[in-house]
Amino acid sequence: MSPPELHRSTLSNGLRVLIVPDPATPVVGVAVHVDVGFRSEPEGRTGFAHLFEHLMFQGSESLEKLAHFRHVQSSGGVFNGSTHQDYTDYFEVLPAAALERALFLEADRLRAPTLSVENLRNQVDVVKEEIRLNVLNRPYGGFPWILLPPVLYDTFPNAHNGYGDFSELEQASLDDAAAFFDTYYAPGNAQVTVAGYLDVDETMALVEKHFGDIPARPTPDRPSFYEPPLGSERRQAVTDAHAPLPALALGYRLPDPATDLDAYLGHALLGSVLGDGEAARLQRRLVHIDGLVTDVSAGAGLMGALDARDPDTFTITAVHPAAVDPDRVLSAVDEELDKLAAEGPSDEELARQVARWSAGLYQENDRVMYRMLGLGARELLYGRAEIAVELPERLAAVTPEQVRSAAATLRGSARAVLLVEPKGGEA
Amino acid sequence: MTRTAEQIAHTAPGPRPLPPLGATRAVPLPDVEERLLPNGLRVLAAHRPGIPMFELRLRVPFAGDAAEHPAVAELLTETLLTGTPTRDRVAIDDELAAEGADFGVSVDPERLMLSGSGLVAGLSDVLGVLADVLTAATHPDAEVARERDRLAERITMARAQPRTIAREALQRKRFGTHPITKEMPTEAEVAAVTAEQVRALHSTAVVPRGSILTLVGDLEPATVLAEVEKQLAGWTADHEAVELSPPPALVPGDLELVHRPGSVQSQLRLTAPGVGRSHPDYAALQLANLVFGGYFSSRWMENIREDKGYTYGAYSGVEFVPGGGVLGVDTDVASNVTAAALLETRYELGRLTAVPPTQAEVDAARAYAIGSLLISLDNQGGLASTISTLAANDLSIDWIRGHPARLEAVTVEEVAAAALRYFAPSAFTGVIVGDADVIGPGVRALGGVS
Repeated sequence: MSPPELHRSTLSNGLRVLIVPDPATPVVGVAVHVDVGFRSEPEGRTGFAHLFEHLMFQGSESLEKLAHFRHVQSSGGVFNGSTHQDYTDYFEVLPAAALERALFLEADRLRAPTLSVENLRNQVDVVKEEIRLNVLNRPYGGFPWILLPPVLYDTFPNAHNGYGDFSELEQASLDDAAAFFDTYYAPGNAQVTVAGYLDVDETMALVEKHFGDIPARPTPDRPSFYEPPLGSERRQAVTDAHAPLPALALGYRLPDPATDLDAYLGHALLGSVLGDGEAARLQRRLVHIDGLVTDVSAGAGLMGALDARDPDTFTITAVHPAAVDPDRVLSAVDEELDKLAAEGPSDEELARQVARWSAGLYQENDRVMYRMLGLGARELLYGRAEIAVELPERLAAVTPEQVRSAAATLRGSARAVLLVEPKGGEA
Repeated sequence: MTRTAEQIAHTAPGPRPLPPLGATRAVPLPDVEERLLPNGLRVLAAHRPGIPMFELRLRVPFAGDAAEHPAVAELLTETLLTGTPTRDRVAIDDELAAEGADFGVSVDPERLMLSGSGLVAGLSDVLGVLADVLTAATHPDAEVARERDRLAERITMARAQPRTIAREALQRKRFGTHPITKEMPTEAEVAAVTAEQVRALHSTAVVPRGSILTLVGDLEPATVLAEVEKQLAGWTADHEAVELSPPPALVPGDLELVHRPGSVQSQLRLTAPGVGRSHPDYAALQLANLVFGGYFSSRWMENIREDKGYTYGAYSGVEFVPGGGVLGVDTDVASNVTAAALLETRYELGRLTAVPPTQAEVDAARAYAIGSLLISLDNQGGLASTISTLAANDLSIDWIRGHPARLEAVTVEEVAAAALRYFAPSAFTGVIVGDADVIGPGVRALGGVS
C-alpha cells in the first residue's frame, strides 16, 4: 500500500486546501475544518460552538433552509458535522460525480450563512433534545467527557461543559451568532480537505472557483489553553439518577503532541497496554483476577487520540459493583502502573498492541470519510496531515522504555478522580 | 467590529446556481468465490485490496425454543474465546493481537456471529485460532462463573437504557412470546446457567452445516478457500444449525403506553408489516420509506426536527426478520411534546398515503439509495457484512449488482402504491415509553393509545 499523495495550497483569502487523490474508489469526500471548538466559546455561552455548528446547516445565500441536506442526499451522499475541543468539522461523502456540488455547498455556507431567529430557536430545541438523549435521559451520560474536565482543570475553556447548560443555550442571540461567525469562520481560520476519486488540478481549480471569492477577514489570535497541572489529587463525586452501578474516571495530563509527539504516543500505547484486549494489564487484574470491575478502559485523548491541542487528558474509566470500594480499584490501578513504571511492558506485549493499533488505522483509512477526517484534523491541529499517514511507523518505533516512562509520569503526577454514584445507592 | 446576521447573509453578486452532477464512475464489485465444504460449511471469499487486511464473518444460525436458550447462548458467546485445551483466554487474545487481529462474538435470537479482522499476512494463523475455538472451546468453569456475574451487571446496565426498555416493549407488542423477542435474558436466567449447559449447547449448536463463513480482503479467493477447507476440516457435526422460525404476522392496533417514572424523554416506536429484499415490492417500499422517514431529507424528519424542534433524531426503516420484514418508525422526544410528536407522526403517515411522493421526492430518494449503497460497500468491512447478510438470505452479490437498476425502474405510481399499502396509519401498532403521569393524558386524548 503506497502512502497517499498530499497536495496543499493556500488561497489568497487565507483558506488552506488539502487534496488527497485515491484512484481506487468511486466516492469523494469534502470536509471543512474550522479552527474553533468548544474551548473557544465565550463564558456565559457554554455549548455555543456546537449550537453554531447546527446553525451552519440551516441555509445560506444560495440555499434555503433544508436545501443543504436535500442536495447532498439527492446527489447520493451522506453528510455530518461535529464539534470538538479545538475544531469543528463539516463534511459530506458522495459519488465522485457530485464533487463540484459538494464544494459549492460548503463554500456557500462559509461565505454567507443564513442566521435567523427562527432557525436559532429551532436548533436550540434540537440541541436540547440531543442533550436529553445523550446525557440527561440515560445512564453515564457525559461520562467522562463532560464530567471529568471540571475535576482536572480550573480554567473555563478546559473545564466547562461543551454541550452547554440549557439556560445559556436559551440565552444565545443572533448577535452572538453573527459575532462568532465573523470572528472564527474567517477563511484564514479554516481548511478544506478533498479526498477520494478526483483530478488534483481540476479539484484545485474548483476549490478556487467556489471558495476563492470569499473575502479575507482577520483571523483570530489562537490563545493557549495551557494551565498548570494539579498540585495534588482532586476528587469529586456526582450522582447519576439512571446509573445502576457506580463508575469512576481517572484523569491525567498528556504531553503536548505538537512539541513531543513521541512522549504522547508513549502514553497512547500505555493506554493500550493497560486496557485493550483480554491480555491488557487492567483487564487481567481488575476484571479477571481481582473481579473488582465490570468493564475498564484506558486511553489518550478526551475525544480520541490526537484530536486536540494541549492540554488534553489521559483517562482510565471503570464501572464497578456497589460492594467494591472505589479506593480498592484505585490502589489496584496504581499497583499496575507501578509495575509498568518499574519494568515497562515486554517487547512482545508492546508489539501486539502496535499490531492491533496499526490494523485499526488501516481499517480507518479504508473508508474515504475517516481517512479524510483524520488527515484534515491532523493538518488543522498540528499543521501536518502526514502524522496520520506516518502513525503506524511512529507507533512501531515506540519502545518499552517510552511506555515505562509514560507510566512513571502518570504515577508522579496529581490526578483527577471522578466518582459516579447511583441515586439512592444500589444493593 | 463584526457584521450583523443580515449583512453576513448576503453578498453583492447574490445567490448562485447549483452545479450539475458530473459523470458517474462505476467501480465493479469483486466476484465472490464460493465452496461448500464436506462438513457442510459454506465459505465465500472475495478479493478487495486497498489495505493489507482481511475481514471475516462467521454466521451460525442459532435459534432455540428452550426457556434457558437465550441465557446459555449469551454465556456461550462470552466464553467462546476464553479457553481450549491448548490456549487460555490470554493466549487466544495474544495470538490474535500478534497478527493485528481481533474477534468479536455476538448472539441474537436468529444467529451467532463471529466477526473478525486482521493483517492479511496473519490470516492462516487466525484461521488456526478460529478452528481451535470452534472445535475445542472448553468454556472453563471459572470463566463461565466470572462471565455470568459480568453479564448480569451488563444486563442491569442495558435495562437502565430507555432504548432497551422501548425495544423490549416493542418486540413483545408485535411478536408476543415468539423466540425472536428474547433478545436479552433476565439476570435470574443468567444466574441459573451452568458451565455444563454452555458446553452442551456448544456441541449441539456451534455446527458447520447451515453456517456461512465470509472472507473479504487483500487475498486470493482460491487460496483462501483451500486454506479454510484445510483448517476447518475438523469442525464437524451430524446435524444442521437451527434457523429461527418466522415470527407471527404483526397485528395492527392501539399503541401501548409503557410507564418509565422520572423519564424526561419519551420513546415512540411504531411498527407495521413490511417485506424482505426478495419481495417484488421491496425497491418501491425502500423509496417510500426514504421519503417518509428513512433519511434526513424526509418528510417526517423535516417536520418534527427541522420545523418543530421536537427531536434530535427520527428514523424509519425496514427491519428484516425471518420470512420478510417489518417497518419501524422510531423517535425520542421530550416529555412535554410527546403528544404533539405523536400527532405529527400520524399526520405524516397519513399524508404519505393521501398525498403520495412526488417525482422529485422519489428521484431524490432513489439517488440517495443508490449512492449510499455505493459508499457503504467501499470498504472491506462493509462488503464482508453485506455478502454475509445476503448469503444468509439466499441472495448473492448479484442482488447488489442488480439493485441500482431495480431502484431506477421504480415508478412514482409504484411508490404511491407502496406508500398506501405499507404506510397507512391503520397498519400500525407500537409502544410509547415515558413518564405516564406526565405524557399519559395528552397521548390518550389523541386516541388509539391504551
